[in-house]
Amino acid sequence: MGAPIIETRGLGRDYVVGAQVVHALEGLTVSIDRGEFLAIMGPSGSGKSTCMQLLGCLDTPTAGAYLFDGEDVSLLDRDALAETRNRKIGFVFQSFNLLPRASALGNVELPLMYGRRDRRTRKEMAERALEAVGLGARIHHTPAQLSGGQMQRVAIARALVNDPLLILADEPTGALDSATGQEILALFHRLNGRGITIILVTHDAEVARAARRVLRFRDGHLVGDERIAPVADTAGASA
Amino acid sequence: MSYLDCLLTAFVALRSNLMRSVLTALGIIIGVAAVIAMVAIGAGAEQRVQSVIQNLGTNLLIVVNGSRTSGGRRTGSGTKPSLTEGDALALTKEIEAVQYSGASVGGSGQVVAGNSNWFTVFRGVANDYLDARDWAVETGRGFTPAEQRSAAKVVILGKTVALNLFGDSDPIGQSVRVNRVPFVVAGVFRAKGQSPSGMDQDDVIMMPLSSAKKRVLGGRQVRGDLVGTITVKVRSTEEVADVEEQAKDLLRRRHKIRDGQPDDFYVRNLAEMLEARAESSRIMAILLASVAGVSLIVGGIGIMNIMLVSVTERTSEIGLRMALGARSRDVMAQFVIEAVSLSIIGGLIGVMLGVAGSLLLAHLGEWPMLIDTEAILMAVAFSAAVGIFFGYYPARKAAALDPIIALRHE
Repeated sequence: MGAPIIETRGLGRDYVVGAQVVHALEGLTVSIDRGEFLAIMGPSGSGKSTCMQLLGCLDTPTAGAYLFDGEDVSLLDRDALAETRNRKIGFVFQSFNLLPRASALGNVELPLMYGRRDRRTRKEMAERALEAVGLGARIHHTPAQLSGGQMQRVAIARALVNDPLLILADEPTGALDSATGQEILALFHRLNGRGITIILVTHDAEVARAARRVLRFRDGHLVGDERIAPVADTAGASA
Repeated sequence: MSYLDCLLTAFVALRSNLMRSVLTALGIIIGVAAVIAMVAIGAGAEQRVQSVIQNLGTNLLIVVNGSRTSGGRRTGSGTKPSLTEGDALALTKEIEAVQYSGASVGGSGQVVAGNSNWFTVFRGVANDYLDARDWAVETGRGFTPAEQRSAAKVVILGKTVALNLFGDSDPIGQSVRVNRVPFVVAGVFRAKGQSPSGMDQDDVIMMPLSSAKKRVLGGRQVRGDLVGTITVKVRSTEEVADVEEQAKDLLRRRHKIRDGQPDDFYVRNLAEMLEARAESSRIMAILLASVAGVSLIVGGIGIMNIMLVSVTERTSEIGLRMALGARSRDVMAQFVIEAVSLSIIGGLIGVMLGVAGSLLLAHLGEWPMLIDTEAILMAVAFSAAVGIFFGYYPARKAAALDPIIALRHE
């Protein structure tokens, strides 16, 4: 597998709230290999969101070092971070975050637009990504014409379209019923099978069980790092 | 993100809130339409004023005789005859910018035709005088050179005189008596209307210069080749001042006036009128510019206001775009282009409304309109500038957002 995709040493993030310093995340040292399927768990305020923002290059650490794909993220400026996110990371959010006026195709093309791809390439790549999530027939529908599960599939297609190394999903099933949630998780599994590293952020143990490795956070600290047997996890869940 | 992408994104955003976009652009629309209409009205008025002034002759110089001092009493201009027909000819010949220079003498008297009579002024004129003053013959004919030489008893009537003496009947070929001297009517002038001082310019009779001097007038004016005034028409208004100086020099030389001695003539021009015209167009321009400026600034503030609201409303969209790889400048460009699109579209609609409004007004009010392409281009350029200026601050605010805070915003 080569070098790990994510490697942190003593990673920390402080926020200054008024006169107080809040340590949202402290001393995180973790290494994630390419192709892993990983869940980050913890109650709210545990630091899991902060962790996700740091790993997703949305934010820069106030302490420690973070190497993403061999690159020291703390050295990157705003625009370089934007470019890293654009080329290497796909995001999936709990509330889908689709542009309401744009079609599925338009939404999926968005990252390509910022990646300055030409019009035709954009359309081809977006169509391919929508087919990969099983929405090849609905590319011209707007979010309002799609169900929750379909909207999340569009969002996943958008995360997928630029061939990212990593997909970061923040409570991807939080707004879906459990059956649809399972379909989405199955989709993540398929993508993981193609070699994409998947990180799910969730407070739901059921969802976390889909992963093969779980990081548990509490009060800004990593408190658990367990690996789950790679096979029969769905069987285990239904048992 | 390419400009085309930015533009398409901007249009989607503007269309998604169509009513708001229209209302926002309305400030610019009204501003630009007002500017275009005002400029059109102003230019039309300017042109009308200019044509009136042109009619009076802004490029005319009038040379009159100097004053005489008798026993310490000065008698006023024109009382000391010194100008001659030769002076008039010399002015045309020696000063290049002089188009016409015509001598004339004048008087007033009772004119009788049949059993009608009328008191009016008459002028004995060289043909150049008629050309210089733009007197055009409407019916009949002008004076021939032979008539000028032979002091022929022919006259051309001003419109007012013709009406008062002959009413509706044709005066051509009829006989009139000017101060009891019989003349034949050769023609009638086209009407000139009132002078700015309220005098009826058409209440006049013209006859050849020699005829007036030999047959009607008496006294000093008629001696030798002396004349009352010389009217000089200069090629262009710009050259009037130059020609005035040259004419003074020439006349001083011809009249053998030594240095230090005063002129024995006066040169008058209509410079004051020119100045008044320049002043009025300056005031007009300042007025229009300030109206334009104020209305466009008000429109621009409207755009800024709405863009600020829009940035706040779309914070999570901005966060999403940033998460997906939009750089600060992409976000900045998106909002600036949105503002500029609003203002330019507003500007273009304003131009159309302004032009339509001007044409309508011109049609209804019979007011002359000059639609100025320069003003149109200026208005559009100005509205684009307003969009950039007032779109910049909201766009910068959007671009400076922190992606995680923006994403969390609902």
